[in-house]
Amino acid sequence: MRAGAGGGVGAVGGGGIARGAVRPSSRYGDGVSVASPFDDSANPWFSWSYVESNYESLLDALWEHVQLTAVSVVIAAAIAIPLGIVAARSRLAATTILSASGVMYTIPSLAVFALLTPYLGLSSETVVFGLVMYALLILVRATLTGLRQVPVEVIDAAGGMGYSRRQLLARVELPLALPSIMTGLRIATVSTVALVTVGSVVGHGGLGQLIVSGFRNNLYKPQIMTATVMCVLLALLCEAALALAARMLTPWTRRRA
Amino acid sequence: MNPFAAAFQWLNDPLNWTNPDGVLVLLWQHLYLSALAVLLGCVVAWPIGLWLGHSGRGGVATVTVSNLTRAIPTIALLSIFPLTALGFSSWSVIIPLAVFAVPPLLATAYTGVREVDAGVRDAAIGMGLSKSQLMLRVELPLAVPHLAGGFRTAAVQVVATASLAALFNGGGLGEIIARGFGKTIAVGAGEILAGGLLIAALALVVEGLLGLAEKYATPRALRTAVGR
Repeated sequence: MRAGAGGGVGAVGGGGIARGAVRPSSRYGDGVSVASPFDDSANPWFSWSYVESNYESLLDALWEHVQLTAVSVVIAAAIAIPLGIVAARSRLAATTILSASGVMYTIPSLAVFALLTPYLGLSSETVVFGLVMYALLILVRATLTGLRQVPVEVIDAAGGMGYSRRQLLARVELPLALPSIMTGLRIATVSTVALVTVGSVVGHGGLGQLIVSGFRNNLYKPQIMTATVMCVLLALLCEAALALAARMLTPWTRRRA
Repeated sequence: MNPFAAAFQWLNDPLNWTNPDGVLVLLWQHLYLSALAVLLGCVVAWPIGLWLGHSGRGGVATVTVSNLTRAIPTIALLSIFPLTALGFSSWSVIIPLAVFAVPPLLATAYTGVREVDAGVRDAAIGMGLSKSQLMLRVELPLAVPHLAGGFRTAAVQVVATASLAALFNGGGLGEIIARGFGKTIAVGAGEILAGGLLIAALALVVEGLLGLAEKYATPRALRTAVGR
């Protein structure tokens, strides 16, 4: 281990408590010792040789990050879109679903992981469960907003043309709600990418794992910074990709904008 | 012992509340850090938001700011700020928290002023109000419901985010969870769960109280108009 940045953690009041706070991760922790050539004076914000000697653990963390995000958003969408449809059909369902998910959204992520850990353990399930909860609210709202925006005349016209309830939903309402759903998906995905990092409290935080272990490893700046930059870039990439997908899926919105 | 019973037992031990590093001290830290962060956020975001809304510029900028901050992990800022010139101080927690308070405050200040009825603005100018009078006596009061809503969103978010500060020596109620995770799950489960319950309860209480405050902050005449 590197000799700390000027005594680093040891000099911090109450450092001992937080150092034991997160289970030290053996998965990504190894990488740091590889970069040990750095001495006290060299703890730069960015170091290319850190990236070179640790690219494997960086890629592992990135991959875990992507997996956790993708799984959570897909599960959330699979639950939220049907829920949104139900909510659009009945006022009571809408009120119940929105207020319940509103309460869940208020509960801080750390508390959610803390409440789940005794039951689901230090597992990626704990993280996914929590992330699904947050993405759910955004996606239900987006679906509901999208469906409510469908003009009544359009629905009447489709009814007059002999569309059944199911056809109406599949061919008229959902396509017209798609721009709103895609916006929700974009916001949910970007928020989830950022939120995955909190999963480091249960040892599955993707790039967040590197941020936390860098902090605990004598405030190792290159690791903290590299993981942060990768995390932000991943979020921006998701944002761009989903914006592009939305454009391609809803060509009719382009002219209006 | 099942985790809930353990959590109950932990919460039921008065020493866990009154110790020098007990719930009461941590709660105070948590609220102190959050309050300063929200205050700092307001001082920065409200004037800018009101001015942008008044001049009608910067709509794109406010959206960009909120999109960008959404992409930044809280954990990253909380771990980076202590390593800057700030060192380990309250400010290295307060500033990152304030960063996350800014987008809702900025956006609501901007929309609040933008949504002031053009007729009202014209009437005020017709009555001979100067630009600053228009802003302070007409636009600002009419924007209050939006400002209050943004304040609540920002405050709830900051209180939630502040729980993560404990992972980076920042204090607050998150310490309880952090300590629990420092032990094995079998031993720490009660503490982890108790911490989670306390933080969740705090967030819900803050949300509820500020919801009430929001209602009272809205001028009577505007309450129905905004649909609250």
